[in-house]
Amino acid sequence: MLKILKYSFYDLMRSRWSYVYFAFYLLLGIVLLFLNNDLSKAVITLMNVIIVLVPLIGTIFGVMYYYSSKEFTELLLAQPLKRSSIFLGQYLGVALSLTMSLILGLGIPFVFYGLFESSAIWDFSLLLITGAFLTFIFTALAFNIALSNENKIKGFGYAILLWLCLAIIYDGLFLMTLIMFEDYPLDKVSLIGTMLNPIDLSRTLILLKLDISALLGYTGAVFKQFFGTNFGLMVSFVMLTVWVLLPVVRIVYKSKKKDF
Amino acid sequence: MKFKLALYATLIWGGAIYAQTIEVCNSCELSSLKSAIAIAKDFDTIRVQKGTYKEHNIVVDKPLTIVGVSYPVIDGELKGGIITITSDNVTVDGLFIINVGTSYTEDYAAIRVKRSKNFVIKNLVLEKLFFGIYIEKSSYGRVFHNKIIGDAVAEYNSGNGIQLWHSNHIEIEYNYVEHVRDGIYLEFSDDCLIKNNVSAENLRYGLHFMFSNNDVYQDNTFENNGAGVAVMFSKHIKMLNNTFKENWGTASYGLLLKEINDAEIIGNTFEENTIGINIEGSNRIKYKNNNFINNGWAIKVRGACYTNSITENNFLYNSFDIAYNSKVNDNIFDKNYWSNYTGYDLDKDGIGDVPYRPVKLFSYIVNRTPETIILLRSMFIDLINFSEKVSPVFTPDNLLDHNPQIKKITW
Repeated sequence: MLKILKYSFYDLMRSRWSYVYFAFYLLLGIVLLFLNNDLSKAVITLMNVIIVLVPLIGTIFGVMYYYSSKEFTELLLAQPLKRSSIFLGQYLGVALSLTMSLILGLGIPFVFYGLFESSAIWDFSLLLITGAFLTFIFTALAFNIALSNENKIKGFGYAILLWLCLAIIYDGLFLMTLIMFEDYPLDKVSLIGTMLNPIDLSRTLILLKLDISALLGYTGAVFKQFFGTNFGLMVSFVMLTVWVLLPVVRIVYKSKKKDF
Repeated sequence: MKFKLALYATLIWGGAIYAQTIEVCNSCELSSLKSAIAIAKDFDTIRVQKGTYKEHNIVVDKPLTIVGVSYPVIDGELKGGIITITSDNVTVDGLFIINVGTSYTEDYAAIRVKRSKNFVIKNLVLEKLFFGIYIEKSSYGRVFHNKIIGDAVAEYNSGNGIQLWHSNHIEIEYNYVEHVRDGIYLEFSDDCLIKNNVSAENLRYGLHFMFSNNDVYQDNTFENNGAGVAVMFSKHIKMLNNTFKENWGTASYGLLLKEINDAEIIGNTFEENTIGINIEGSNRIKYKNNNFINNGWAIKVRGACYTNSITENNFLYNSFDIAYNSKVNDNIFDKNYWSNYTGYDLDKDGIGDVPYRPVKLFSYIVNRTPETIILLRSMFIDLINFSEKVSPVFTPDNLLDHNPQIKKITW
């Protein structure tokens, strides 16, 4: 598995797209800092970008990589190798290289701008950790989609639909539900609703740091326990890990059964 | 004029000639404050030496100066009120007063001032108290540089740090109050000045006004109280250069205004409160040059607030700038700096070319269904906020800042 991981990783490192992705974040970081002059405000803006863009790029890139390396995969399958290690290796290769582009691309301008002396360092590291989690989650989901669909166009379609659903439509439905049932106690429902969507989950994680004063304005013991203590942070991280593991397990399961 | 000066000089000199100093210490002839007061004549000075004096219900009924030498302890042994001042021209200085009794029928205080004028209470340290300094029907007094440290746990069985009742022209300066119910409480007290105090970690309010008019409070710090300052049913209050910090919780405000008219709120800083200012039924208030930084809601307008002007303030990184619960607006927002402003300034005059709408649709939704707060900063919320911005349906459509500043305002 490690060998395949290495091949995928180096393959991606040489590919144009990794550089484009890296350059995009580098540029974003530099421009944000140039325009804002304020680290903590730049972190807020970055949060908005990361929560929307990282999943999008993760899904598209994952699907794209799977389809484009299909012939190589078939070649590997002819060798005496475990199927799970082939696909997990590829998956980790993609996810790791994307994460690296993200961390380096955003990290370099911020470090040059004096991140280590700033109080925003914790917010910023939280942001990067969340970004990394999102990359792993959405690449895994993308591999799932690609494994289940032989048709490239269909695969891409589903990938974009998945992103659209989780990034925007889910929140719309969520909001509608909350407003429709506003007469009932909703604090548990709203927390559970957040847990079920990795994008919402990472958003909440960052809210915990940035908007805690507003979040505590709501009357509710469950809310208070969740947001007022480290409990919320811990639960969110556990849920994010679950969100990585579930699709990965399905990759292993699906790849074993798939007929090539 | 010269005659007057001469008269004063005679009076002061005369006083100095007749005034005596009476020493009190544990091993002296006079070993209690009470006995010293009993033999003292008007305008005498009582010097209390270091030691512990177990006394309560000390009544100061003559114009005396009571000075503690290196903080003698007056221990009330939880039996009731400790010092009561009933005479004019009394000064109490440098005592350490502890163990005030708790009662549900009487407001026992470490120092109570009753119908007195020209009193000075300074350099006291009060601990383990019920009420700290209780001033009733008195005027022209000074409460200066005291430290009041309570141990209040519940609102119903705790008292206030400094309480004024029907008292006018009192100056409260450089005091430090913590862990009581209300740090400083004014009821029916007019023309008072509250300056340079720190009020922190109190159960209810840092500073509380009720039916008190023409008061000024400035340069105070209110930190981590149940709610910073509550100003209720009062007129012509000036609030200048205070700091309101970290008042977090479901009913926590930096500043709560209820039925307040003609006040001025200038130069204050509101930082990291759940709600910076909560306004209800308050009219003709001038908000100018305030900083609102990292609050949940910078200003929450509950209703019946008319002709307020909110100008030249900085709104920095608040989750919500302004929240309204109605569609009617009669307040003026002008020339503020909003960190959430996204417009441009093509003519480079420092004023944004597009008006800013401080009320977001989402703040209206959160008002209706508080649980939706969990969707804060979601992309979907940004989308609906944007559509509301383009054509307001739920939020007041005339609530606009026509001259949003491009740069943070300094003053």
